[in-house]
Amino acid sequence: MTTFEAILLTIVTASTPLLIAALGELVTERSGVLNLGVEGMMAMGAACSFAAAVTFDSTLLGVLAGILAGTFMAALFGLVVLGFAANQVGSGLALTILGLGLAGLIGAPFVGARRNPIAPLDIPVLSDLPVVGRLFFEQDLFVYGSILLTIAVAVYLNRTRVGLMLRSIGENHGSAHGLGLPVLRTRFLAILFGGACAGLAGAYLSLVYTRFWSPGMTAGRGWIALALVVFAAWRPGWALVGAYIFGAATVLQLHAQAAQFGVPSQALSAVPYLATILALLLLSIRRGRAIGAPGSLGLPFVPDR
Amino acid sequence: MQADASPSGHHLVELKGISKRYGDLLANDRIDLAIEPGEIHALLGENGAGKSTLVKILYGVIEPTEGEILWEGRPVAIGSPVEARALGIGMVFQHFSLFDELTVAENIAVALSDDWSLATVRSRLGDISRAYGLALEPDRAVWTLSAGERQRIEIVRCLLQNPRLLILDEPTSVLTPQEAEHLFVTLDKLSADGCSILYISHKLEEVRRLCRRATILRAGRVVGTIDPRARSAREIAALMVGNEVGEVRSGTPHVPQGEMLRVADLTMAPGGLHGQALKHINLVASAGEIVGIAGVAGNGQSELFAALSGERLADRADAIAIAGKGCGTVGVDGRRRLGAAFVPEERLGHAAAPTHRLSENTLISHAAAEVSHSGFILVNAAKRLAGAIVKSFDVRTPEADPQARKLSGGNLQKFVIGREIIRRPRLLIVDQPTWGVDAGAARLIRQALVDLASEGSAVVVVSQDLDELFEVADRMAVIHQGELSALKPINEWTKEAVGLEMLGVSQSQGAAHAV
Repeated sequence: MTTFEAILLTIVTASTPLLIAALGELVTERSGVLNLGVEGMMAMGAACSFAAAVTFDSTLLGVLAGILAGTFMAALFGLVVLGFAANQVGSGLALTILGLGLAGLIGAPFVGARRNPIAPLDIPVLSDLPVVGRLFFEQDLFVYGSILLTIAVAVYLNRTRVGLMLRSIGENHGSAHGLGLPVLRTRFLAILFGGACAGLAGAYLSLVYTRFWSPGMTAGRGWIALALVVFAAWRPGWALVGAYIFGAATVLQLHAQAAQFGVPSQALSAVPYLATILALLLLSIRRGRAIGAPGSLGLPFVPDR
Repeated sequence: MQADASPSGHHLVELKGISKRYGDLLANDRIDLAIEPGEIHALLGENGAGKSTLVKILYGVIEPTEGEILWEGRPVAIGSPVEARALGIGMVFQHFSLFDELTVAENIAVALSDDWSLATVRSRLGDISRAYGLALEPDRAVWTLSAGERQRIEIVRCLLQNPRLLILDEPTSVLTPQEAEHLFVTLDKLSADGCSILYISHKLEEVRRLCRRATILRAGRVVGTIDPRARSAREIAALMVGNEVGEVRSGTPHVPQGEMLRVADLTMAPGGLHGQALKHINLVASAGEIVGIAGVAGNGQSELFAALSGERLADRADAIAIAGKGCGTVGVDGRRRLGAAFVPEERLGHAAAPTHRLSENTLISHAAAEVSHSGFILVNAAKRLAGAIVKSFDVRTPEADPQARKLSGGNLQKFVIGREIIRRPRLLIVDQPTWGVDAGAARLIRQALVDLASEGSAVVVVSQDLDELFEVADRMAVIHQGELSALKPINEWTKEAVGLEMLGVSQSQGAAHAV
């Protein structure tokens, strides 16, 4: 395996959690809810999945625990912003702080433990192709899953009746309610989906990407996922493109550090985050052409009955 | 077609003793109403009379506090719009319940039941469009459409479900006269096909054109069910308002004197994503006259107001001149110092700060004058000023010096207009002065505008209400897609001519740039 191949492989691994978390947040935001708690839900997913995987020595149980933890955090958020119509920005920030703290608590006994790498899915013959073989046909299940998830979310949003309902609710919840669409129920389910995805992304981080747990290991990936949704203009296909761009930025800065460019390593570590800010900036400049945010994004909904 | 009851002997729908209470407010008070099959029944009343609440109850959006609904003689509970549609009730909302970023076909599909695919919607859309003359392109995004086209989407959406009863809430408020006539023809055809229509309006003329029975609401109660063709407009208005509504006195005839406002070839890019650009606007308003700007909503009125008030600046100083001084690049406060005053369309949040008291709200436009001194607020002076406005403009307040948000729409509008007029501005520019205001307050506001012009100020009124402009304006122009028509004396305009200009079918293209 050449260095080039190795770099490409790590880019895929770095991009996958970003993509999964961004897809979940994308669906949540398309329903009109802004959940800034992705970072917290991801941290909980990482901690709980690692704890479960080590305790029961099962990757499958670990992944399930991660998904459940993210969903549970999202349910809390949904209760507060839908049930009590609380401010979504404040509640989301609180969720991040809560999630990071709880994850530290749950993960504490497991600091220093390690998991073995999970076996990649080896597709015979095809994986022996030069260069592209290992890149496309010898990845772990999560990578293929995340691509399938992108397609599924795109089809759901644009080709199904329930997806149309979700988009309508995000666009104008007043009108949607007037037509009899179930605004709060749809939003709650969308929030849960966002939480499950963030939890899964966290599980991928601790079980596949690093294979250990340490506090603060999500390292702002939840925030990058949030920026990705804006970068993607709320479209799943663009979320895939964006996730790989940001994943590449994360990996390349590591190699640049190793190559000793004479640039301080702190400056290089900041590259993915600077790229996030730059992407948002470029996007706001050409906003005239991009589709805008969902019309009711971030607004609380209280039906008048 | 105008049967008194269906063959089974029942009304199509009957409301019995419907009440709806919000805290201390009784929005609907024991309302009885019966609609026959195939009938066009009008529901008439002022803003705030309880019309919208009543139809939302009938459509299942709001739950009544008490009362009973009978559908073909059977008691029913309508718990949601889905249940209402299952019975055969369709509704066209006043503020359209459409989704701007979705296409026409998607907007229709989302409201239909599960067994409708986008493809069937598309083909049935064609059939309905042909049958009722409601042309629509299925793949256009809604935000690119005019108000008339948006309303067609709502109507088609209802018709696809073969409704027995169609409810229309103030359907003509956003239409040109021609679009409105087109709608009436569609409604007549529907009624002939046996569909009942509940037509909500406060415009007497169209009710007389369409309906043989009208139920009149006032302050949440039914005050009578009448044949609108057999009564005079005055009688019906008296029933709606509760007392006789006087007409606006013209006072001393308006004689235009010196030029107070000159707009010369003003061009401005649209402000937002779906905004309207202003194109080569020319306009002159002289002291002692009222200039009216008519047009269908969204044709550049708010952009024009923002340009005139200085909320958005022009690129040349001489694009706008107030009292002879070029001020196109000067902001709102600078223009106020030249003697101008402005009343924007949105009263709560734009003209007044909702949680500030009325006295504090006087500071918004009087900052440089008598209510502050070297940066400090003169609290007592502000209170006296607010009191003076409240008194001379008959603002009804729930308490002394309340927060702006506690006033009803009409009273707050009287306050914000009074706040500007009391400064005796040389030029007053006002956007939608009586939008959503009851008849009494509207009359008072129009009178104040006419009086201000009589006393020698120039007044510019931007309004969608044609009747209002014909009542107060001395000269009028029509704005369409950011272009202003020729400014002509009011007696040279007919409603038909205005309607054509609103649609952009101008016979005076060459004169459009003349002043």
